[in-house]
Amino acid sequence: MSERQARRTIILVPYLWLAVFFLVPFAIVAKMSLSQVATAIPPYVPVFGLDDGPAGWLAKARELSLDNYGVIASDRLYIDAFLTSIRIAATGTLILLVIGYPMAHAMARAPENWRPLLVMAVILPFWTSFLIRVYAWIGILKPEGLLNELLLGLGLIGAPLQIANTETAVLIGVVYSYLPFMVLPLYASLERMDRTLLEAAADLGCPPWKAFWRITVPLSLPGIVAGCFLCFIPITGEVVIPDLLGGSDTLMIGKTLWTEFFSNRDWPVASAVAVLLLVLLVGPIVLYQRQQARQLEAAR
Amino acid sequence: MNPRSRFLDATALTLGFAFLYLPIVILIVYSFNASQLVTVWGGFSTRWYGAVWQNRQLLDAAWITVKVAAVSAAFATIVGTLAALALTRYLRFRGRTLFSGLVYAPIVMPEVITGLSLLLLFVSVGIDRGFWTVTVAHATFTCGFVAVVVQSRLITFDRSLEEAAADLGATPWQVFFRITLPIIAPAVIAGFLLAFTLSLDDLVIASFTTGPGSTTLPMRIYSQVRLGVTPEINAICTLMIAAVTVLVIGASLATKRGLPAT
Repeated sequence: MSERQARRTIILVPYLWLAVFFLVPFAIVAKMSLSQVATAIPPYVPVFGLDDGPAGWLAKARELSLDNYGVIASDRLYIDAFLTSIRIAATGTLILLVIGYPMAHAMARAPENWRPLLVMAVILPFWTSFLIRVYAWIGILKPEGLLNELLLGLGLIGAPLQIANTETAVLIGVVYSYLPFMVLPLYASLERMDRTLLEAAADLGCPPWKAFWRITVPLSLPGIVAGCFLCFIPITGEVVIPDLLGGSDTLMIGKTLWTEFFSNRDWPVASAVAVLLLVLLVGPIVLYQRQQARQLEAAR
Repeated sequence: MNPRSRFLDATALTLGFAFLYLPIVILIVYSFNASQLVTVWGGFSTRWYGAVWQNRQLLDAAWITVKVAAVSAAFATIVGTLAALALTRYLRFRGRTLFSGLVYAPIVMPEVITGLSLLLLFVSVGIDRGFWTVTVAHATFTCGFVAVVVQSRLITFDRSLEEAAADLGATPWQVFFRITLPIIAPAVIAGFLLAFTLSLDDLVIASFTTGPGSTTLPMRIYSQVRLGVTPEINAICTLMIAAVTVLVIGASLATKRGLPAT
């Protein structure tokens, strides 16, 4: 195999795979979002067939319409679900940053031989099942659960708190599940930081808290940006956490899509929701990619 | 470092790790609870593990999940490693921006979107859903993770080794298998394991792309969890945690490097 052929294989194999299984499907989702639901197999019309010929395709293309988007725009339910998702993702990301930063900061300042162990300890829960970790919280948060037993036992509260099936429970689940995704990028950028800068600041009479805000935080900005995107984007489309911890009151858009698809079997509306969610997230996703590419270039 | 900031660091780490580990520890402890009621401690017992062992549906699902994870991780490793090579070695080719977008986007893409779009692809091409559709779907969403892990290793790679081998008459094929691959092997193995666990763990994409007869373990657990918390589920979860822990520790001993961050 020559150098040229090697180059072609290395680029084309992953390119084709991702084009077929990641890019083309989006086009199909876009087309589906313009279709109508039908009681048939598959459950939508129109279905384009290879043997329809150009005239048949044209006739069927006329059946496509923006009706599903009209349905979504006129229904409070979908708009509320979008707004709730953004609110929970933004609040969750902020809490993650507030909890994750001190952890990452402490890890980066720990003795050098401790650091691999600490990183391992952050990653290990991530390797255990996501579903299990969310499930564990049901037992803790429910009215007769461990948290309420503990608080009642200590005499801190008079009656069990209703935490399960509220937005608070969803936020706890989100923060818990995504903590490693916040801590690791923060740690990576804090660990690389040149510590002599802080010594120089101290020598020049700068108090530690001021040095923290003016040196440490700006230098860890790439980690902050990466961590926030890595959490915010998937949380917005989260399905399992709101379903298990949120109950029926917390409507998030990922779960709405899920219900449209699996319970109502309305594939076109589910697709329209997916398209809107993608439009909402395309900005953050592009920014995240730029960041990722830039960091890898910088490490070169 | 002054004592005050050392105290703050210790507090941050203690509270952080307590938050991360307590729920898992509680779950494991209650899997040995003799009582049917999940929150009442009725003494030590392993009866729920016996119940899991009797549950054929669960065992079948577990076996399917492991098969899907192994095959999809193998595909993801090949595709992801090639993508990493393409992105680090070839800084200029047509469509490179789109390509890097396609590699990184699946990492953050909400699973409902990936799952729905793959399902619609399979339906419109007329492929019956089952083992292979889940496997392909999993390979697609995990290969980006493999690419990132391998890329971080390739960046520090000393290319003069490859040039030396080529000067001495090795074909590109030989150079890859005898020089490049052995050097990046720890990252490739780490990438494989990451893809493997992500696949084991996935519920959403599997629910969309699977068919009758290929129900995975997370799907089974999910349908039981929605009906309520039972000690039997705690037992299954504990077994899964034990399996993953053994796997991770074994892998990090094997590569002697620890597993890199995602």
